[in-house]
Amino acid sequence: MIFDTQRAIAWINRIAELVRADVERLTTLDTAIGDGDHGANLDRGMTAAVDALAEKEPETPGKVLITAGRGLVSKTGGASGPLYGSGFRAAGKAMRDEGDVVALSDALEAMLRAIEELGGAHHEDKTMVDAFAPAVAAFQQAAGATADMHTAAVAAAEAAEAGLAATVPLQARKGRASYLGPRSVGHEDPGAASTVLIFRALADVTAE
Amino acid sequence: MSSSANGGPTPPSVGIVLISHSAALARAAAEMAAALAGPEVTIRPAGGTDDGSMGTSIDLIGTAVREADSGGGVLVLMDMGSSVLTAKTLLEDLDDDDAPAVRLADAPFLEGAVAAAVLASTGADLQTVAESAEQAWSMRKL
Repeated sequence: MIFDTQRAIAWINRIAELVRADVERLTTLDTAIGDGDHGANLDRGMTAAVDALAEKEPETPGKVLITAGRGLVSKTGGASGPLYGSGFRAAGKAMRDEGDVVALSDALEAMLRAIEELGGAHHEDKTMVDAFAPAVAAFQQAAGATADMHTAAVAAAEAAEAGLAATVPLQARKGRASYLGPRSVGHEDPGAASTVLIFRALADVTAE
Repeated sequence: MSSSANGGPTPPSVGIVLISHSAALARAAAEMAAALAGPEVTIRPAGGTDDGSMGTSIDLIGTAVREADSGGGVLVLMDMGSSVLTAKTLLEDLDDDDAPAVRLADAPFLEGAVAAAVLASTGADLQTVAESAEQAWSMRKL
């Protein structure tokens, strides 16, 4: 299987669909400990990403991810815009045209590094990194073991979900939720929840 | 082109951009800093998203930065959270040759804006204006 231009576009479109379907849930999570706009913000940003791809189809998978990232940065409005947007742009720059599982693995790793660098979040700060980092690690491990893109993407999505669940007992150390101190404990992190959708979408578009 | 009292050319002053989640807060902070600094300093607010709701817009900020620059560079102050992330992202995008010199201030928003604007009004350079904003952390109130 090749992660080519069409599959990259399908990934972005699928993320937008999953975010749209889960706007209410993301907003509810964000209302508990954040400012209640994560669902609407990410929906707006992903819509901009989808529109940008529809307007002029990029020539390579890397350019698809860069274009999507630019749309996210430009239109999201909240912290997830620059974080995911810079992440997709970094992934796009790292993505090699041959689009094999190793190329995708490297692109995902570049995306994680960009998110960590911009946001300055570490493991167990109760952020999207807590889902993203284990997802990338699981993708790399499964890709090394089987070289099958779908198997790796499913493993990544499962690891992201486990990472999301693991944010519940954590106390937030970043963003608005960090002001709540111990009261941020007992809730899923909304950014980790949207990261699950990104990897679930990748599993969906690599299924065949 | 402006000129100084002795007739020589005035070096371009540092421009200031104020990024807030709130368009109203950015505007009011710019107004207050301008009132304390005088008319020589260009201060541009960049608050809210491009449709006017709460948040930040990299496009609005980019426009404000270009408008604020008169050749002496631009100091950018952010209120918190995504303002900081959006500003950092913009900085990465401003790497072409004709982009203005831009610095982000690690400073309290309003106090830093006033301190920066006052220093910019003296014709201080970007580094000095940035330091002035960042020293605002140490100005105790009580």
